[in-house]
Amino acid sequence: MTSDTPVSKQKINVRDLAVSVLIILIGWQLVVWVTEVPRYILPGPLAVAEALFKYSDLLAMHAWVTAIEVVVGLIFGTLLGMATAMYLTMSATATRYMMPILVISQTVPVFALAPILTLWFGYGLGSKIAMTILIIYFPVASSFLDGLRATPKGFLDLAQSMRATKFNTLIRVRLPAALPSLSSGIRLATVYAPIGAIIGEWVGASQGLGYLMLLANGRVKIDLMFAALVTLCIFTLLLRAVTNALCNRLDHWAGQSH
Amino acid sequence: MQSTLVGLSITGSFQRDTNILFSDISFELKQGCWTCLLGPSGVGKSTLLRLLAGLSTGGQFDGQIRTNPEFIATDTDVNQGANNIANVISYMAQTDLLFPWLDVRQNIMLGQRLRHENNTAHYSKKTVDRLIDQVGLGAHEYKRPHQLSGGMRQRVALARTLMEDQPIVLLDEPFSALDARTRDDMQSLAFDVLKDKTVLLVTHDPTEAVRLAHHLFVMTHDGIHSHQTPPNLPPRSVEHPKTLTAQATLLRVLKS
Repeated sequence: MTSDTPVSKQKINVRDLAVSVLIILIGWQLVVWVTEVPRYILPGPLAVAEALFKYSDLLAMHAWVTAIEVVVGLIFGTLLGMATAMYLTMSATATRYMMPILVISQTVPVFALAPILTLWFGYGLGSKIAMTILIIYFPVASSFLDGLRATPKGFLDLAQSMRATKFNTLIRVRLPAALPSLSSGIRLATVYAPIGAIIGEWVGASQGLGYLMLLANGRVKIDLMFAALVTLCIFTLLLRAVTNALCNRLDHWAGQSH
Repeated sequence: MQSTLVGLSITGSFQRDTNILFSDISFELKQGCWTCLLGPSGVGKSTLLRLLAGLSTGGQFDGQIRTNPEFIATDTDVNQGANNIANVISYMAQTDLLFPWLDVRQNIMLGQRLRHENNTAHYSKKTVDRLIDQVGLGAHEYKRPHQLSGGMRQRVALARTLMEDQPIVLLDEPFSALDARTRDDMQSLAFDVLKDKTVLLVTHDPTEAVRLAHHLFVMTHDGIHSHQTPPNLPPRSVEHPKTLTAQATLLRVLKS
């Protein structure tokens, strides 16, 4: 693993990961045994594993709900971010009036909007998807916009000398040249998206891993809470692996990595 | 026989901010000839070429650019505006500007792609085949740019320029980034495949200018001045005494 690869793009070596996870688990179990922390404060990994098996159906059902929220939010947030970036690239007027709003809107803590979203979109999937979209929209839009604007000047000169229209230049020159920027935006969004869904579920929901965690917490079923957390981690890792593979293909196609 | 018709002419002045890059120049390209514009870096050669190519220059041009009216008449999209210079030129830059996501064939057909000209697909395919042959890229037509050497990439760029099939070709130091041998090959190849075109080659290399020019101009901060070329026709052999003498004279002019 080279040190000049960005952290977000570093490949995870499964064997190294297994070793470090094992060390953490053993340390954790030892702490629990030695200090005799009560189970309702910190259950040991063995207790969590037990809960994982005991509640596997329940966990799977709630994980499925969260997964749908995250994936749908990720797809629509990415599309919305892309559309915004492309529109801003095409129109100088839009950039002039929309950019300040976009930048200022980032000072609003998105989490603070969660109760309002629940009010508007209800307790179902809608409000969580909206939350996820909100949280990933800006990273995707801004990194794609940066990419669209950073098209090599020579490419644009060439396109102009070949009498390409503004729209064709956007679709056939700027867009493919900006794909690597888009894929780093999507990588970032993949990390954020589950946060949006979980916050949405905390504020008000009847299903999902975030809801399950609050429920378990209220009933002092801390082992179940940890089991839900572990499930969420596994899901996020899988999601990251899938988007990484997709983004790598995108980069490869754009001629960025060989 | 060399033509005396004017393919392209420019007269006028150019300034960026308050800095006058050139004033009252008058300069023309003879139709079907190679005209070389030689000058040191930073004198405004590339700006002049960009002006002729209709590209943004970030400055104010006060004057006139005229092309041979016959060129316009033969152009297919007259409705694009007859005075649009992009209708009659093709442009080749110092860097090859190959799109990394397209293979060699697709890069050569870039103009068609960018203009959405799918109706001429069959004709285009045959033309591309011929051009690939002409520039000697037969075995590489489906490779991506990153799989090619610098010289090969510049050949693709040359084929792409030819694919545009415009009467005027503007070359902005396209061989300067190549190693000496590849540069020599590329100069011969370009001269051969562009022999019917009205060509402007901007360069800072006296050898290149002397080798390829029918007509030679030197651009300095004082303006543009016509300069004698050796009596024999281009492409001239680099080691010929007359070429070497002309080269030495040019170096002196550049230094003064």
